[in-house]
Amino acid sequence: MSWANAVDKGILLGGFYALLACGLSLMFGVMRIINLAHGDLAVLGAFLVWTVVDHTDVSPFLAMVPVLGLMYGVGYGLQRGLLERSLRAGVLVPLLTTFGLAIVIQNLLLEIFSPDVRSLGGRAGAVTTASWRITGDLAISELGVLILAVAIVVLGGLHLFLAHVPAGRAMRATAQDVDTAELVGIDSRAVYARAAGIAVAVAALAGAFLAIRASFDPSSGPTQLIFAFEAVVIGGFGSLWGTLVGGMVLGVSQTIGAEIDPQYSVLAGHLVFLSVLAVRGRGILGAREAIA
Amino acid sequence: MTDRPVVQRWTGLSRGSTGGAVVLLAALAFVPIVLSANSTQKLTSLFVLVILAAMWNALAGYGGLVSVGQQAYIGLGAYGTIYLANHNVAPYPALLLATVFAGAVGLPVSYLVLRMRGGQFAIATWVVAEVFAIMVSLDKSLGAGTGTSLIELNRYTPDERRAYTYWLALGAMTFLLALLFVLLRSRLGASLQAIRDDEEAAASVGVRVMAGKRILYVVAALGCGAAGAITLSNTLFIQPGSIFGIQWTAYMIFMVLVGGLGTFEGPILGAIILFLVQDWFADRGVWYLVGLGLTAILFALLLPRGLWGALEERFSLRLLPVGYRVRGLPSRARAAEGDA
Amino acid sequence: MTVLSIEGLDARHGLLQAVRDVSFEVAEGETIALVGANGAGKTTLLRTIAGAHGPAAGRVVFDGSDVTRLRAYQRVRAGIALVPEGRRLFPELTVEENLLVAGAHAGPGPWSVSRVVEAFPLLEPLRKRRAASLSGGEQQATAIGRALMTNPRLLLVDEVSLGLAPVAVDAVYRSLATLIESGATIVLVEQDLARGMAVADRVICMLEGRIVLAGAADELTREEVTAAYFGLRSGQEAGA
Repeated sequence: MSWANAVDKGILLGGFYALLACGLSLMFGVMRIINLAHGDLAVLGAFLVWTVVDHTDVSPFLAMVPVLGLMYGVGYGLQRGLLERSLRAGVLVPLLTTFGLAIVIQNLLLEIFSPDVRSLGGRAGAVTTASWRITGDLAISELGVLILAVAIVVLGGLHLFLAHVPAGRAMRATAQDVDTAELVGIDSRAVYARAAGIAVAVAALAGAFLAIRASFDPSSGPTQLIFAFEAVVIGGFGSLWGTLVGGMVLGVSQTIGAEIDPQYSVLAGHLVFLSVLAVRGRGILGAREAIA
Repeated sequence: MTDRPVVQRWTGLSRGSTGGAVVLLAALAFVPIVLSANSTQKLTSLFVLVILAAMWNALAGYGGLVSVGQQAYIGLGAYGTIYLANHNVAPYPALLLATVFAGAVGLPVSYLVLRMRGGQFAIATWVVAEVFAIMVSLDKSLGAGTGTSLIELNRYTPDERRAYTYWLALGAMTFLLALLFVLLRSRLGASLQAIRDDEEAAASVGVRVMAGKRILYVVAALGCGAAGAITLSNTLFIQPGSIFGIQWTAYMIFMVLVGGLGTFEGPILGAIILFLVQDWFADRGVWYLVGLGLTAILFALLLPRGLWGALEERFSLRLLPVGYRVRGLPSRARAAEGDA
Repeated sequence: MTVLSIEGLDARHGLLQAVRDVSFEVAEGETIALVGANGAGKTTLLRTIAGAHGPAAGRVVFDGSDVTRLRAYQRVRAGIALVPEGRRLFPELTVEENLLVAGAHAGPGPWSVSRVVEAFPLLEPLRKRRAASLSGGEQQATAIGRALMTNPRLLLVDEVSLGLAPVAVDAVYRSLATLIESGATIVLVEQDLARGMAVADRVICMLEGRIVLAGAADELTREEVTAAYFGLRSGQEAGA
């Protein structure tokens, strides 16, 4: 039993969960939409990267680039075409439409790609399996560090965008008071669409890394959604950096659970999630309505 | 013109249709005797769908609680039965007890999940379902991940089993619908309406918000437990993955959205529609589910009140008298009411 | 020239008819005081002009073009700015960010963060403060400054002095006076009749959604306006 190893793995896993959860957090922070299709969109991203790699033989890391651009467009279109109307129709409706969307995406993927489990780990090169050996017991996975670094860069980038870039400021303003945002000249629909585009693109990025670090199939979506959600809630709804904290708490819970018994890994995460909810409904860093 | 306004609950139409419903339910009791085994089994699944739709609607439509984790109780009802049967309880009593057990579990769980609202509540319910599923799949005595059957039912002939299961389903559906009907006509019904419209305002006039939600949650747990137990008895083989699966929520959302969220008759209509769709399209595999998902989206966007809701609005139709009507308002007041 | 022309405007607020058949014009450089009791429809009227609220009937014509179908943000970019009732600053943004966010899509014009701070000197030390932590007077100054950042041709101010200490109101009106002198076109809602009439060229009084009195400020007496305000017109029953 190596607890140090478990904690280290958990922290790195947390980096992945933070990346996965980032988009979910953004969409909620800006639009108050809980996107139940988030996990499936991540898996869609994984399949798109797979397809590019399959047809062009480039490295998955390179293949991510066009997929990210495409998924930004998907998110943008989804918001303008579907979610915008859902928001106007009522509070419950976005939950229902994104749920329906999740089912549609999952089953279309199933139809197009078959239920086979796939992975891009083999195609990603040595980084997938390499690790730095610190002590006899403790090894740190290079891929894990890479993913954590990407997560920090994305979260940091978003933070800077929201704090210093005019479009980001507009996003924060719209998140805090959409009515007044319109009254100062902000096109709130465009802001929402941009937020959705970013959210879905980052989800696809997470999906691509899921494909590299592990495996995926058309039905992987719901599992990823639950983990993303747990990370967001543990960290605190509406807090971007909280997503990183939440991801790590979840990751460590799962890996420690796995040390006790591999079958308990996911369960451990769920129990920690429920405990956090029971003790502090707002999550660790949660409180304020607005993001950043 | 000088009639005093009268508040009434029953209209001629609703009296007629309630009477009709009672007659229909009585007639349905004869199905196992009169119709084929296949029909009996199919109607049993229809009753299960009606129960599920009514329960989800009670939560979301009347309580404003969107749960994506009701499958927790469906699974508890089914696996509770297995557990009891393993401990030498006769199968049909086991079904009943497991249902009560599922409802009972709903009570402590409500203390956790009802602290949240909206999306957080939804995900919390889902995680609870996942926890139950994992715990069951770790238990060898319940068949673990591979699944199990209620073999004790083999003491009955297939015909007997189908008939008993059918009557149990019919009875459960009738009881649960009647329970909801009574609850919604009572003060609870009005409180729930108030809570749904504006929780804070309701609390400020003394509506016991948490108690109302809790009652709904426990009743829904009970109902879904019944559905799970009956499904076990109807399909014989269950696995944690499917009996605790999220697709149950997908069905519930579909039925209630299409039938009519927040109406009493809507979910029943939605259940009938899903039943027919399942019957006709189930062999189309993936496209059937895609169709369900797309339909749910379309209804959410275009017809958010569902088919029954739309009908109700157009024709002021209420078959079952859950609400109130005011008759005999003087015409001047009616005109002013329209204006203000 | 006419900057704003409202024609037969009807607006609902939920089930309530808040604005009934309202028509009036605003000439360039005019200051109009819109007065009336609570619920008279003033806020709904301003919001409908600004585009935050959709009219049930009628037209809003700004600078000669019909803007009735335009969304709020488009009207802002065309030159209409509303200082909303209750100020409605973005609470988690700083004062400076509140200003910048409004200035991002501004048309050409003289206003900038430094000019706003010049016009409202009390804001200078507050630039980096979270808007939610400001006092009422500071918020009102920021809110007006924010609207000005969009370089509007028409400034609508809803409830200038509501919730403010008299000292703060004085400060706000001093700044408004400067604006008015520079030739701005302003429609302001003011509960304090005296202040409103003192600063305006014309007064429009609303009651239950309708305009019941309109005229030049220096020609109307306070008694006339008060009577219209409360619906006590000679020869008519109240509320009929």
